Parts: sequence; structure tokens; C-alpha cells
Amino acid sequence: MKDFIIPWDDTRDMGTPEKHGKPVTLIIDGVEVTVPEGTSVMRAAAEIGTQIPKLCATDSLDAFGSCRLCVVEIEGRRGTPASCTTPVHPGMVVHTQSDKVRKIRKGVMELYISDHPLDCLTCAANGDCELQDMAGAVGLRDVRYAAPEGGALANHFEARNTSGEANPEWLPKDDSNPYFSYDPSKCIVCNRCVRACEEVQGTFALTIEGRGFDSRVSPGAAGDDFLSSDCVSCGACVQACPTATLQEKSVIEMGTPDRSVITTCAYCGVGCSFKAEMQGDQLVRMTPWKHGKANRGHSCVKGRFAYGYATHPDRILSPMIRDSIDQPWREVGWEEALSFAATKMRGLQEKYGRRSVGVITSSRCTNEETYLVQKLARAVFLNNNTDTCARVCHSPTGYGLGQTYGTSAGTQDFDSIEASDVVLVIGANPTDGHPVFGSRLKKRLRQGAQLIVIDPRRIDLVKSPHVRAAHHLALRPGTNVAVVTALAHVIVTEGLCDESFIKERCDWDEFQQYAEFVADPRHSPEATEMLTGVPAAELRATARLYAKGGNGAIYYGLGVTEHSQGSTTVMGIANLAMLTGNMGRPGVGVNPLRGQNNVQGSCDMGSFPHELPGYRHVKLPEVRAIFEDAWGVEIDPEPGLRINNMLDAAVEGRFRGLYCQGEDILQSDPDTKHVAAGLAAMECVIVHDLFLNETANYAHVFLPGSSFLEKDGTFTNAERRINRVREVMAPKAGYADWEVTQLLANAMGADWHHTHPSQIMAEIAATTPSFAGVTYDLLDQKGSIQWPCNETHPEGTPMMHVDGFVRGKGRFMITEYVATDEKTGPRFPLLLTTGRILSQYNVGAQTRRTENVIWHDQDVLEIHPHDAEVRGIRDGDWIRLASRSGDTTLKALITDRVSPGVVYTTFHHPETQANVITTDYSDWATNCPEYKVTAVQVSPSNGPSDWQEAYSAQAEKSRRILPAAE
Amino acid sequence: MSPDQADANPPRKLIAMANQIATFFASQPGGTQAEQVADHINDFWDPRMRARICAYAAADGAGLEPLVLAAIPSIRVPELQD
Ligand code: SF4
Ligand code: SF4
Ligand code: SF4
Ligand code: FES
Repeated sequence: MKDFIIPWDDTRDMGTPEKHGKPVTLIIDGVEVTVPEGTSVMRAAAEIGTQIPKLCATDSLDAFGSCRLCVVEIEGRRGTPASCTTPVHPGMVVHTQSDKVRKIRKGVMELYISDHPLDCLTCAANGDCELQDMAGAVGLRDVRYAAPEGGALANHFEARNTSGEANPEWLPKDDSNPYFSYDPSKCIVCNRCVRACEEVQGTFALTIEGRGFDSRVSPGAAGDDFLSSDCVSCGACVQACPTATLQEKSVIEMGTPDRSVITTCAYCGVGCSFKAEMQGDQLVRMTPWKHGKANRGHSCVKGRFAYGYATHPDRILSPMIRDSIDQPWREVGWEEALSFAATKMRGLQEKYGRRSVGVITSSRCTNEETYLVQKLARAVFLNNNTDTCARVCHSPTGYGLGQTYGTSAGTQDFDSIEASDVVLVIGANPTDGHPVFGSRLKKRLRQGAQLIVIDPRRIDLVKSPHVRAAHHLALRPGTNVAVVTALAHVIVTEGLCDESFIKERCDWDEFQQYAEFVADPRHSPEATEMLTGVPAAELRATARLYAKGGNGAIYYGLGVTEHSQGSTTVMGIANLAMLTGNMGRPGVGVNPLRGQNNVQGSCDMGSFPHELPGYRHVKLPEVRAIFEDAWGVEIDPEPGLRINNMLDAAVEGRFRGLYCQGEDILQSDPDTKHVAAGLAAMECVIVHDLFLNETANYAHVFLPGSSFLEKDGTFTNAERRINRVREVMAPKAGYADWEVTQLLANAMGADWHHTHPSQIMAEIAATTPSFAGVTYDLLDQKGSIQWPCNETHPEGTPMMHVDGFVRGKGRFMITEYVATDEKTGPRFPLLLTTGRILSQYNVGAQTRRTENVIWHDQDVLEIHPHDAEVRGIRDGDWIRLASRSGDTTLKALITDRVSPGVVYTTFHHPETQANVITTDYSDWATNCPEYKVTAVQVSPSNGPSDWQEAYSAQAEKSRRILPAAE
Repeated sequence: MSPDQADANPPRKLIAMANQIATFFASQPGGTQAEQVADHINDFWDPRMRARICAYAAADGAGLEPLVLAAIPSIRVPELQD
């Protein structure tokens, strides 16, 4: 019996990917082993702890069989097959060691090493190099090959021969990527990078050029380097490279790490698990953790490389205060800042009433931190004025899925995509916004699943290497409900419904009312074509494919929610899945792609003003009682203010004080001028953040925040997966964010004494049924848990609504299309829609402070050639973008990705302030702002607008900090 | 702006929000649309927002959809101490 290996802690490379077949038993070196059918001999050997030497194989990639280092002998078979490409057979008898295979392996290594510089001692991979390990493993002692006397150099690693002539085979290092370097002289052409780029990432940026001795790894087309190629800097090739050829620059600079901590990425809602690899308290690199269940060993450029903001000199490490926002900041100690803040907030409540202050929780902070911030409002301010930036992204998901299914969450885990046959992506751009999920999706599409994209813009997925959308419905912005309802019309009228599913799982009367509603000819694709811009035949074909193409899965994003009918579209999407029975098994479902890392968690934790943790309305006395007992206070039974209501109330003088943790509402919320007016009207704005963000221009108290590297806690990703965040270095400003909130609460008279976030989780579990079974111990044991985790699901719930909907019967909702009030006209004839790109993250506060700016140093406006031409705009020109709310300037990018009549931009840079343009229209149910539709005009311009200039002057003035007093 | 001054103006945004809500529920089946509008507002609006829309409906009401006006009697306006 070999050693028992705890699976989630196992970081060994098993050589080839895991398989799921029926069990096959064989004998390796006299030991019996049983593995799933399809497993390689190499992996079977690894299962019993035998590492067969290998170079071109790694368990994240399909076996390739090129190096021949992994040869073995199999009884009854001639020759020495490669163990990585040989599948197991019942009764097979394998010998991994014999004189014969030893000799072959030594010969292979000798050949490799003869064309390799013997630089190990000064090499960045020293100690972390598979070539080095294999030379050791096969017992390589000497290399007999030598360059022929006086002949040309027959190697790739010497720039010049001894007489100084250039070696034509030698290639210089490519340092164009800011995060990793490519040194061709150390390349063994194992092809792992090329395959990683294809199989794992799906970008196909790398190829092998040439043949035999001349073959080289090459990014892009001839003349390209890594930066100019299609490379998206995901790091998969670096991860796969067995040598120093593709190497993180941080390792080249700092050396190899000596310890590591498993933690969770703090960027997007995919929630990738990473190994933070450290030297003492210095971060050397972040590598994707292969047992992370969201990412399965993959990463994107943000999580993998863009962590430099955490140690950026712009970070503010001392608390600061000021009496009014035209004064410079004054640095003070924690105690002074907290008592200043507490006195002001209490004073405001005394003067203007209990409801005159509130909080904004962060979707970037941990669950524990968010829980404490909403608790601050409810238990210390004694009101329900708490909201979170999920308001501006996924609040309609909460409402829409709550109404139809009974709970606000995606129905599947990410693994589910592996069983999908048809994937419907609506208003989301996974390859940019949720890159690791995007890669997993593309992998499934390359295996043959079909793709439907519903988006005004031709996102990359529509057409990328080896991926073609079967249908792209380029609808006019603002017509989602009409399109989704027309899809339902086709499904109902063409008899494509799954009636037995509906009969069993949904309310039949509601279904019949709904069917009657959608069957009305006014919802037919022919009737709505003029409105939506989607050709009827295309729409019909789409509906048929989704309904009858096998397992149909819907993934949607902010292009669905950020509309005045956001909630209605979410309900329409929920209807589609119920109509077709695409619910409750792998490969199907309805999945919101969450923007920020902890959007799901911040909603779960009761950040919304109308509900306590676990989505329970504050009006319910039995729910209030639980928290009243736990907190020893009386809880206000009335819902509080949402962010936009807070700002409206502030302008009207009814709302005076705000504690805003880890959010930049001034940059991220719509109608910047209105947000600024609201903030300016407040008497105490407390900003708790890493940087002096845009909101801080209007703040009176600044409390330094801690990055995700500096604290313990949990994030919950888009799959409802609770992942651990682990402290890898001490908080730079002295306190983790949860400690600061606790100190503020105590300064206002509370008596909280948590000494570790696990105690906060215990309080959450004790009060919130869907978290009842969650503990840090269980998280450490299992790696992660998907809520609900309770008595009936002690290990969590990967898939929701399996035997029935959470609310009982699924509820069909009528989804009548209502045109938005934001309409184009002669003054504003174009529709602006917004989005984001891979390398930058939201308001960019983090990514702008990393080398990622190399890929996106400014926001640009995408405009169709036709619209550009009639306005006399050329590519790269400065243009003025104006709406009813305001105007700004930015550069034009002429592209047919957008349809005529539609323009598009990102919102990552404060100089652009795309939100000066957006209006204050919002979703009817949740007030989620309508970012995705704004009527605009575009005209040539020669510089920044007056607003931009006034804004930067105010920002500069407001950011002054007095030198610390002696 | 002081709250009193603010009260003098018609609550433009609240009117628009209430009308949007009414538009949705107007399309829903059953005879209880006005109650559904009131329930939604009771569940999601802060009491002071509810007080304002009710006061506006009582004083003037111009610009409010008939379904909002029908819902007003069912909108709860709690006594607020502070
Ligand atoms: S890549 Fe590996 S074998 Fe080559 S010099 Fe570096 S450490 Fe040595
Ligand atoms: S970093 Fe990613 S995208 Fe770039 S070449 Fe490597 S695998 Fe391909
Ligand atoms: S996909 Fe999202 S969670 Fe994963 S590394 Fe990238 S930003 Fe982080
Ligand atoms: S590892 Fe099997 S051939 Fe390279």
C-alpha cells in the first residue's frame, strides 16, 4: 500500500489529464492499480506514486508523445511505448524501469542537453526546472555530442562562436511582455506552451515554426513578438513551460519562492484559486492553483500578474481627516480618525435623524467585511441604509431570479459547461470580462458545442480561432425583452416546449397565461424585427437551436441587467430555461456572470437595504428576531435607501453621512454630475479604500484599506462558491478592513470583539440558514463550498433546483416590452453602450496601477465606419461624446464590431469619465442604472471638455495632503 | 437644499420610478395590479420616499399613472419619530 495522499493538497504533476471511464485494473512494477478507462499508463503509475520521467507531458494538457523520455516496457508488446500516450488496458503488466528504458532515457536527455546552455547556477529556473530534474532522474553524467571542429555551431544557445561569428540559429530574448520573458536559447521545443495556449487558453497565439532542428516556438505571425501577437498574457504557457524559457520576470528578478499560500483572486466573479508564492512577506508570483474548482489551474492576466497595485506607492497608509473638502488632507493616527468619524456620524444622526446616514458595502471586500458593514448600519446606525455596488450591476438578477425560481444565484457550477451542447451568451463578454470561464467555454465549443451570442456588439467569441457562433443576434441596445420574448414566442408556437418538465416543475396555470401572452403575434420575430434589428429567420433558428439542440445553458451579464427593463429580461431568461426544461442537471441552467469578485457574496451578506443576510426581507418579524437576539438591538422593519436614493436624498438635504468601503461610486455610478452633487451635499463622507479614489475627492475621512493579500476571509464567486482568502502579508496600514469597521462601530458605542474573521463567519452561519454548515475548518478541508450548505447539504450544493425549484413551483412571468425613456432623436441620434476589456478591471483603480496599462492606456470610442464618415471622423481622432447628461472627449476607433447607429466604450479611466454621459434612468424594480443605453451625439473635437478640465482641477485640489506635522 | 425646499418641488424621480413599476405590473395577470404596485413600493422604498409620493399624490398627483394613484391607498406611510 502506497502513502495516502490528501487529494486537494496534492500538487504533483500526474502527467496526463484525469479521465472518467469505467475502472480498469493493471499491474505496474508489481503493484496492482485501478484507474478509469482512458487513463494513460503514465498517470496510472503516478496514482501509485511512481513518477515516470517525462518532458513533453503535463497533466493540464493532452499527451503529445514527442520527447520519448517516458518510455516503458509492457509485457507482450514489442518495443518501448511512450507511457503518456499509451492508454491502460485490463490486465496490462508494465515495467517502468529496466536497463533498456534507462538507456533510451539517458540517450534522449543527452541529446537535449547537448543543445542546452549549462547555465543552471545562474538560471532563473534553477531549482524549479523539469529539465534539470529529469537530467537527475535519468542519471545523466556526461554529454558526448560536440560541435564539429571548425564547423558552424550546431546549437541554439550560443550567440557567437569562438571566432566571434554570429550563430544564425541563436535568437535574442523577447522581453516585450511586461510580466514574462521568452528566452529561445533555453527552449527544448516540447510544445507545451503551444498546446497550453490552444487547449487551456484557447487563443492560439503560439505556433512551432520550422521543422526538425530548425523548429522554434513563435508568437503570432512573422515579425511579431509576444506583445504584438494575439497573446493575452494569461500565463498558461509560462505555467506549462518546463524550463526557464518562459519565465516570470518577478522570478528572474527575485529568485525562487520559498513558501506558498492558497488564496483567491480579488478581481472578477470567476474567483480563481491561486498559490501566492512568497519569499518571507514579499510576493514573488501568483500561480493558478490546479485544484481550484472554479479555474482548474488556469488564470487570466489580471489574477496571474496584475497584483502590483497592492504595493503601489499611491497606496495611502495613514488615516486622514479634514473638515471640508476644499481643505487639504491632514494625516492623523487611527484613533483620532475614528473618533473624528464617529463624532461626526453620531452628530448627524442627532441633528438630522436616525435615517440621515448610511453605508455602502464593497463587492471587492470579503464576506466577513461586508457582513460587518451592513451590521454597522443595522445594529449601530439603527437603520437599513445599506447598499452595495451590486446595485449597479446585478440587482435585477436578485429580483428576477428570486421571483421566478426563489433564489438569487446562478444555478450551476462552472464545470457544468463541460456537459453543455448549446450555449446562449446574452449581454456578456466572457473572454474579456470573465476570462477563465471564457477559456473553459471555448474549450467546450471546440469540442463541438454550439454557440449563440445575443449582443449589440460583435464580441470576440462570435469569431475567434476555432470558434464560430452559430448565431449572433446583434440587437439594438435596449430591446432585450423584445428579443427574449420573441424567442419564447417561437418556442411556444412551434411546439418546442418541454411540457412534461413544465407540468412537473412549474405552476401550470401561470404557464398557460404566459403561453397565451407570448403566442400573441405581436411578439413574433417578424413583428419585432423592425424594433430589435434582429432578422426574424435568424431569431427563429436561434430559438430552435436552444430548445432542441441538447443541453442548453444560458450565461448572461450586465448587458442584460443594466437596463430600465433589466429585471424583466432576467425573468424572460428564466422563462426560457423553464420552457425548454433546461434546469436541474449538468450542462444547462441560468448563470449570471458576476462582475466583481464578491458581488455574489455582498448580496448574500445582506448588503441590500430591504433584506437581511440570506435574502430575507426586513419586514419579516421572525427574521428580524434572529438578528435582534444575536445583536441585542431592535432592527428597523422598514427598508432603507438604495445608492441612488441616498444621493437623491442627499441633494434634498435628507441624507448627510456615508461610510463607503472599497467602492468608487463617483467613477462607477451613472450620471457623474449627480453623484458629485450628492456627495458634495453630505457633511461626512468616510472613504475606506486602498487609494485616494475619485469618491475621496468629496470625503472628509479617509481610512486606509487592506488588499486581499493582507487579510483572512472568504469571497463567493458566481457559482455560489465560497473560497478562502488567506493573509500572506501583514496589513500595510496596520489593520485589515474588518478590523477597521469594528473599530468604527466601537467608536460609535458598539461592543464588538471579533479577533478573527472565522468568528464573523460563525455569526453568519448561526444567523443565515444557507450558510449554516459553513466553517473555516470545513473550507480548509474541502478547499471551497457552494452554498446552500446546511443539514440537508452538509458539503454544499454544486447545482440548484435539482428536484424542484427553491420557491416550490417555477413561476412564469409575463414580460411585456417597454421602450426605455432614453430615446434617440435629432440631437442625440446614436446609442452608446459600455463594457470592459480583459486587461483592465472596472474603474481601473487597481489595474491602472500595474503594467496592464500597456494593453489599454485609455478608453476609446468604437464607432462604425459609416457613422464616422458622415461626421468626418478618422481613426484615432479626438471626438466629443455628448448626451443629455453631459459630455466628454476621447479618441475614436473605427470598427464594424458595432452596428451603424451604435457606439461603444469602456469605463476604466477617470480622465474619460464615461459616466458623465450616462443618465440616471434605471431598472424599474431595482433602480439598477441603465448604463447600456444612452442616446448620444459624436462630433470632432480638439481636446478635453470643460467638464473634464474642471473635474481634474477639483480632483487635484482635493487630493492635496499636508505634510505630516513634526 | 433644505428638505422643506425639496418638498416644495414635485418628486420628479419618484414619479418616474412609480410609473415604471406600475407599467410592469399593469402587464401582469390577475385583478390585483394596484396591490402589486403597492406591495413592491412597500417592500423596496424607504419610508420617507413613500411618504413623499403619497403626499404628492394627495396634493397634486399630476404625472402619476392611474395605476399608481390606485395603489396609493395601499402604500404604508409609517409614523416616523426621527
Ligand atoms: S532551463 Fe533548467 S536546465 Fe536549463 S539552464 Fe535553466 S535550470 Fe538549467
Ligand atoms: S500567455 Fe497565454 S495567450 Fe499568451 S502565448 Fe502564453 S498561453 Fe498564449
Ligand atoms: S478570471 Fe477573474 S478570478 Fe480568474 S484570474 Fe482572471 S480576474 Fe482573477
Ligand atoms: S512525456 Fe511522454 S513522450 Fe514526452
